[in-house]
Amino acid sequence: MPILQPIGRTLLIFFAAAGRLSMFAANGLSHCVRPPLYFRLIARQMIDIGYYSLPVVGLTAIFTGMVLALQSYTGFARFAAESAIPNVVVISITRELGPVLAGLMVAGRVGAAMAAEIGTMRVTEQIDALDTLATNPFKYLVAPRLIAGITTLPILVFIADIIGVFGGYVVSIYKLGFNPTTYLKNTVDFVQTEDVVSGLVKAAVFGFLITLMGCYHGYNSKGGAQGVGAATTNAVVSASILILCCNYFITEMFFAR
Amino acid sequence: MSEKANGAPPKIQIRGLHKSFGPKVVLDGLDLDVAVGESVVVIGGSGTGKSVLLKCILGLLRPEAGSIKIDGEEVVGLRGGDRDRVMRKFGMLFQNAALFDSLPVWENVAFGLIQGEGMDRDEAKKNAIEKLAAVGLGAEVGELSPAELSGGMRKRVGLARAIAITPEIIFFDEPTTGLDPIMGDVINDLIVKCVRELGASTLSITHDMASARKIAHRVAMLYHGKIIWAGPVAQIDNSANDYVDQFIHGRAEGPIQMQVRAD
Repeated sequence: MPILQPIGRTLLIFFAAAGRLSMFAANGLSHCVRPPLYFRLIARQMIDIGYYSLPVVGLTAIFTGMVLALQSYTGFARFAAESAIPNVVVISITRELGPVLAGLMVAGRVGAAMAAEIGTMRVTEQIDALDTLATNPFKYLVAPRLIAGITTLPILVFIADIIGVFGGYVVSIYKLGFNPTTYLKNTVDFVQTEDVVSGLVKAAVFGFLITLMGCYHGYNSKGGAQGVGAATTNAVVSASILILCCNYFITEMFFAR
Repeated sequence: MSEKANGAPPKIQIRGLHKSFGPKVVLDGLDLDVAVGESVVVIGGSGTGKSVLLKCILGLLRPEAGSIKIDGEEVVGLRGGDRDRVMRKFGMLFQNAALFDSLPVWENVAFGLIQGEGMDRDEAKKNAIEKLAAVGLGAEVGELSPAELSGGMRKRVGLARAIAITPEIIFFDEPTTGLDPIMGDVINDLIVKCVRELGASTLSITHDMASARKIAHRVAMLYHGKIIWAGPVAQIDNSANDYVDQFIHGRAEGPIQMQVRAD
């Protein structure tokens, strides 16, 4: 039936794209565990992803923590439940907002840059040049970025967690009049290892997704400047969507009872 | 055009090569040999598949059918370590040099030595500066970024990178395109000098006839996916082939009809 043709065609295109992405990911990951590893490139990528993202992620975290404390106060004050604010701030930041917001910010900053850099290398034949110099592009370009993304984002998110909680602390103490000792005690007493670990696991997965999408779209870009632009957009959009989808499933894996 | 008198196999032997992109047939049963130490230039119009031919030999594109042998070894479908071993025989000068933007010039030249051969960085840098000198560039150029180089300098650095690993085979993809005639001739002279010193076999593609006449021992013309004429460069003006005559004299009238719109 004619009406089924476009549905079937769309499904085939989807499965073909998913297959290509899976093959790309498997190839990239296999080079992450097979020597030689380019430690110099891994270190450079870790600095790019972690160190240079710290200002933007830190600012996002501190203002999110501040807003969270303020909004929680306006809601909880109606039920005389202001003492729950430290708990809400630390749980929200470590479990959800820290990893998700850091992931989205890094996707915008790093994922786009990776897609643009690798895409430009593709359209200017630099990737072909790597091949002719007996250097596997997956090992030289993709594996260092994947390794750096997976290892650096948890560190970045851990720092963002601390900054976010500090943001909530500042607003609670200096604007809402909380007792500093009580606030810190409530925060430390309430947070559990699982809260932090789940956030760091999410961060590692998001780091993988961001770098994978940046590399995949850059590596497969074609058609000159327009193609590189499209690759950049696709890398950011697909990484952001995947981060939000995976966030649900990882949350369910850790906390659904 | 095939085996040398001593019976050694050609350095590159291509038989029945087919490559298509969708319905467009680019290579249609192409045959070509490059003997040891020989310089072959493939000429042909834009879009006739010259670059595709090089990419098929380098394994960057996979042909649908046909055979490509390097030193008698079949290379179509080679992967992993076997492919890396064969690739170490090649050097390539890309059309726009394809220098790595993120690395300084000296590291571009030394890339194959550091990554491919595992040479120490200091030693590789000395080697790179020697290669830069061989193409007429000073040591100070080695510290520049590729973005700071002119078109002619980029080609020279690309040539230095191609010869740095002492390849047995060098490919030149339109080596003089985009250069003024004088700089084009400088590049041609450098190619001839470097290839002679290395004793390498070369396969070049160009539509610059001045370049082809200068660097070729033998010229082959690619048209409609096949080599329609091949012969010594000295015979190109007496080829008795209307297609070759039209091409080398750059005439609009003749058997080659330029496509002015897409199919």
